[in-house]
Amino acid sequence: MTELRPPLPPAAVPPGEEVGSPRLAPVAVHVAGGTLREDLRAVRVVWRRELIRFARNRLRIVTSLVQPVLFLFVLGTGLSTLVARGIPGATTTSFRTFMFPGVVAMTVLFTAIFSAVSIVWDREFGFLREMLVAPVRRGALVAGKCLGGATVATVQAVIMLALAGLVGVPYDPLLLLTLVGEMLLAALAITALGTLLASRMAQVESFQVVMQFVVLPLFFLSGALFPLRALPAWLAALTKIDPLAYVVDPMRRAVFAHVHTSPAVRRLFGAAMTWDGWRVPVGVELGLTALLAALFLGAAVAAFSKSD
Amino acid sequence: MAGPSGAPEPALVAPGGAGPRSLLGSPPADLPDPAEAAVWVRDLTRRFSSFEAVRGIRFAVAPGETFGFLGPNGAGKSTTIAMLCTLLRPTSGTALVGGYDVVAARAEVRRRIGLVFQDTTLDDYLTAEENLRFHAELYGLPRRQAAERLDAVLAMVGLADRRRSIVRTFSGGMKRRLEIARGLLHSPRVLFLDEPTVGLDPQTRAHIWEYVDQLRQAEAITMFLTTHYMDEAEHCDRIAIVDQGRIVVMDTPEALKASVGQDRVEIQTADDARAAEALAERFGIQAARGGEGLTFHVAGGESFVPRLFAELPVAIASVRIARPTLDDVFMAYTGRSIRDAEASAGERLGASPWIRARRR
Repeated sequence: MTELRPPLPPAAVPPGEEVGSPRLAPVAVHVAGGTLREDLRAVRVVWRRELIRFARNRLRIVTSLVQPVLFLFVLGTGLSTLVARGIPGATTTSFRTFMFPGVVAMTVLFTAIFSAVSIVWDREFGFLREMLVAPVRRGALVAGKCLGGATVATVQAVIMLALAGLVGVPYDPLLLLTLVGEMLLAALAITALGTLLASRMAQVESFQVVMQFVVLPLFFLSGALFPLRALPAWLAALTKIDPLAYVVDPMRRAVFAHVHTSPAVRRLFGAAMTWDGWRVPVGVELGLTALLAALFLGAAVAAFSKSD
Repeated sequence: MAGPSGAPEPALVAPGGAGPRSLLGSPPADLPDPAEAAVWVRDLTRRFSSFEAVRGIRFAVAPGETFGFLGPNGAGKSTTIAMLCTLLRPTSGTALVGGYDVVAARAEVRRRIGLVFQDTTLDDYLTAEENLRFHAELYGLPRRQAAERLDAVLAMVGLADRRRSIVRTFSGGMKRRLEIARGLLHSPRVLFLDEPTVGLDPQTRAHIWEYVDQLRQAEAITMFLTTHYMDEAEHCDRIAIVDQGRIVVMDTPEALKASVGQDRVEIQTADDARAAEALAERFGIQAARGGEGLTFHVAGGESFVPRLFAELPVAIASVRIARPTLDDVFMAYTGRSIRDAEASAGERLGASPWIRARRR
């Protein structure tokens, strides 16, 4: 439904009377009335805002690289000598190659959560109100926010991907494309989760709670830093219920499909997620992630639509 | 200064305010036809758990009118605006904006209103133009019209030359002007301004009011604003004085001040003693002799001055007329000064209602 306003009556100012600034002529303006096209415009503009804010905050882009780089090159190198010992054919690069997809996934995780939780900042600084009083569906706002956060997280992770050569991962177009696709899917699921959490958060301080109770457990249990093989039963069980494990595993499999290494290294590092001894196919893992993304997104839309 | 000498006229007290609630349920004889009002509110209340922020208010704003809510912080002004803007669900009562119910037809209301909030709701990381573009897209303005409108509102608030500057670099006054521009971008029927000048320096405040006055004249827009600055309420066609969630009294600023008492007139003459005698004789006025002349109270001081000059047999050196202020009005109707009212209200109302609203 759309509406064109009737032109307003002419200005009620006596002729000759001047006001300092140029006068605003009364006009009939068409305003959104809930069509799909208008909602899509809203999605796009919210998405664009996320990108503009990301591109403008260069410092944040650089700062966000510090942690993954430290993990990959400091922790990765420090542990590699220890790990490489006793595995036939393993070099000091092998462990960093192993860690690489995990660290890229970590970048996606942290950036996506941070982008989503920026809703709480928007609320604190009032901008959320500007969005909430607009005549568009709340779903459009949430979708724009999630797509924006997912795009930003993927772009940030692509910067990490550029370091592939330093850890023995080839710049194979097919590999890179696979990884970017998997990152985008994961980023969408995580942003949707973050948005859902943000709908329940009233203060910026709650971000710490999310960080400690959601983000870090997801990260540590995902197998980003250690192989999921031959773990104690309790830890193995926990890793199997970590959604992020189903993101790290396909990425790692893609990487190891493109590197040349000894069978021993491949056996330990290249394979992981099993259900009762059954090797979970990549398709199932990605399907699970997509399903979670849809669930979180639906819940986030519902949470924001319900509120005033 | 004319004190609140006489008791307030009972006719000025709004029935939905401090008066008895016997009107509840009966046809609203005091309210116009909802279809003819830009804002139409009947018995609106809002409760936050134990605290009742708005306690059954009723009023109507005519199209094109500038209507002000005047009251201390915590009187329920922002809560009322939040309900009228569909950001907060009323606990009970009815409110129509542009003819649409703020609960049942939220989307229709949202299409017809513009908002300028108490605290900034701009994106600091975007430029002025990007903030406006965001708004235009969100409100689905046709592209070409959006561009024209964007130029017009930026020129109106005098920010055309700063359109590509990041908002973070703006002063408080510039930000507020940009918010006003944004609120007008989609040509709303009703513009809500919640404390539009709070936290600004006096010069910028004067500037903002210039824009508001200009808008009043240029566009047939209805404006609903809140303020706790007495002098600013003068810019309204009508004001409602609110205190503790109720409308205490509602009328034009002139009528309100007239209801409180007479103007105070100070004159200096060549011969004060003779002038005082003449005042008593011809006008029946008892003037007090002070160090600098005569002081007396009279209704309609301005129209009295010509008579004074015509009929006083003494040369007059100077005349000063002091009107009763809205401070006097507030004091007369609530029995306390607005400053005292703010002190007690501050303790009751902690966080902003927006955050409360989200928690429900």
